[in-house]
Amino acid sequence: MGEFLEFQDVSKHYGGVKAVEHASLSIKRGEFFSLLGPSGCGKTTLLRTLAGFEHPDTGRIFLNGEDITDLPPHERKVNTIFQSYALFPHLTVWDNIAFGLKIARRPKAEIRQEVEKMLAMIQMEEYAYKKPAQISGGQKQRVAIARALVNKPQVLLLDEPLAALDLKLRQRMLLELDLIHDEVGITFLYVTHDQGEAMSLSDRIAVMSRGKVEQLGTPAEIYEAPRNSFVAAFIGDTNFFEGTVAEKFAGDAAGTTAQGTLFGEPAKDYSRLKVDGFPDLVCYNDKQIREGEHVAVSIRPEKFRIWREAPPAEHAYVNVIEGEVEDVIYLGAQTKFWVRAGEYRLCVVRQHSRYLLDEKPIKWRDHVWLTWHADDGFMLEHYREEDEELMQLPPEEIGETEEAPAAGAAAGGEGGAAE
Amino acid sequence: MNTAARKRWSEVLATSPSFLWLAALFLVPTVLVFAIAFRPATIYGGIGEGWTLDTLRSLGNPDYPAIIWRTIWLSVVATALCIVLATPMGYYLARLKPSRRQLILLLVILPFWTSFLVRIFAWKVLLHPDGIVKHALVALHLASPSTTLLYNAGAVLLVMVYTELPFAILPIYAAAEKFDFSLLEAAKDLGASPPRAFFAAFIPGIRVGLLTAFLMVFIPSLGSYVVPDIVGGPTSEMLGNKIAQRTFVDRNLPHAAALSAALAAAVLLPMCLVVNVRRGKARVEEGQGLPSIEGGL
Repeated sequence: MGEFLEFQDVSKHYGGVKAVEHASLSIKRGEFFSLLGPSGCGKTTLLRTLAGFEHPDTGRIFLNGEDITDLPPHERKVNTIFQSYALFPHLTVWDNIAFGLKIARRPKAEIRQEVEKMLAMIQMEEYAYKKPAQISGGQKQRVAIARALVNKPQVLLLDEPLAALDLKLRQRMLLELDLIHDEVGITFLYVTHDQGEAMSLSDRIAVMSRGKVEQLGTPAEIYEAPRNSFVAAFIGDTNFFEGTVAEKFAGDAAGTTAQGTLFGEPAKDYSRLKVDGFPDLVCYNDKQIREGEHVAVSIRPEKFRIWREAPPAEHAYVNVIEGEVEDVIYLGAQTKFWVRAGEYRLCVVRQHSRYLLDEKPIKWRDHVWLTWHADDGFMLEHYREEDEELMQLPPEEIGETEEAPAAGAAAGGEGGAAE
Repeated sequence: MNTAARKRWSEVLATSPSFLWLAALFLVPTVLVFAIAFRPATIYGGIGEGWTLDTLRSLGNPDYPAIIWRTIWLSVVATALCIVLATPMGYYLARLKPSRRQLILLLVILPFWTSFLVRIFAWKVLLHPDGIVKHALVALHLASPSTTLLYNAGAVLLVMVYTELPFAILPIYAAAEKFDFSLLEAAKDLGASPPRAFFAAFIPGIRVGLLTAFLMVFIPSLGSYVVPDIVGGPTSEMLGNKIAQRTFVDRNLPHAAALSAALAAAVLLPMCLVVNVRRGKARVEEGQGLPSIEGGL
């Protein structure tokens, strides 16, 4: 229980709906911690149990060693930024920021000093006497932050704070939030469905789905080493291969030696996978997956290398498959290719680090080779077929995108993973 | 004709029927009432020739200050009670599930489907010395057998609150329904206890509804005539009763008109005040329209 903020086995049900199920998290002091997941995954409910607006059915919440589970919201040393900001429309910006201090009956001089400090921090001194209806969305956002921070909370709770802003403003506020966190140094608990926001701001992320914490880790851990197909598909783009482990063998990560010729005691940390329609694939196996077992592998689009001609034979740790380009989406800094390879439709991203116009580009219908290193595929602990729906596959027929998810699931097999 | 002028013309055309209606049936009669107050009365109950200030002078009758005072305090107390009762009601209505809410709203307006007079006579039956309320109070030792519940200011106040309550509930509910309840959470989040949050966030949030409720209850209360006439006695007469007496008993129309004009002035004055205050506020805030009763249903 040494951690600053602890959720211990928190569950919350609404009627038959399990909003949060046995969620346990510990958050460090000063950390920028995100709860990330699709809508209805229970992230907001979990935040509201910390704010005090919901009482968990089971489990306890500890803040700074104190059990706050049964405290009403106004007795908790946490403050919330609401999705709609919830600024008091009848009060000026100044009075909104002063609200908490006035409730706490602080001396007038102190209130003035603190409010002015906050106004200076959010650079809105000249808007102090405007009403919320007279300021822009980004300004409301900043006032909401100031109104919460002026109370010096131990944790600042942010419930989708950028969701109401347009894209440009969202990107700017993202940077501002980061600056504010660096400046005030208090713990931030940030709830979002936007993986980009969570990845760019957070020290650590808890990915949630259906009321459960699916994975907890730094943004890089979650992106590079997803535990299951949900995390892999929800965070960024990915490709799944399904197969069975044909053989386990020892190898060295650098992969410069031929297979199985490592010196010393060989650790059996590589696996040869049998995947329908492909030559055997080599993949790093850090899981306790035995020979003959079924396994799913996630490979991020940027891990592939795409070749117009057959790549030079490298070594045994590089997988090579062939396919045909089905779709090319040029994005400036990079190009996204959809490559048909056997039953799979693979997403490949090529970063343009060289001057693109000097190259002969890869076009639609081109025959291509894809290579990737055995270390760049990541074996999943769990694989669920329905998580494929989270991947953004281009439609194969016009109108397909408007079909019901059930129809999408049927077509999904043609997409990223095996049928 | 350019488009702006055409638009203006069509606006005039569209709004003129209601303007004409208001002018013919509201403005003209009001002006007539004020005018008749300056006419002499004839012994046949008609309006005499020429102009006079005698009628206005007769308002100096020492009975009137007491009646005017009683009219005002009864109206103020009835309005205050209605708002105090209607505010929590509006709050809970707005928080109810929509299906439940429809049912309760229906119950709120259900009394309107029975004749106003019948409902007031029903109160007379209830409060009668042999009525059920009296017997219940005596049985509970809350009243002595000699207490009279009818024909006093208390009975008038009770029945006034009863008849006006829906007119307070509906605008307050309409405002509460538009209230962003996350503001209450925000107030609690910032350290306000639940009652504090209610007064610091909810009450200012529905102030337009409260103001409407005030006008909707206070103005008809000032003009009450039927309620004090049926459940009130000589000690609980209101200005409305006096106006009726001057009209029907004394057949002195100018005197009745003078009293009406005095009452109208008493109603218009606070209203102008309120409208001025509201206009000042409206300039500061946008999108805070006056919630109509229709909007509440």
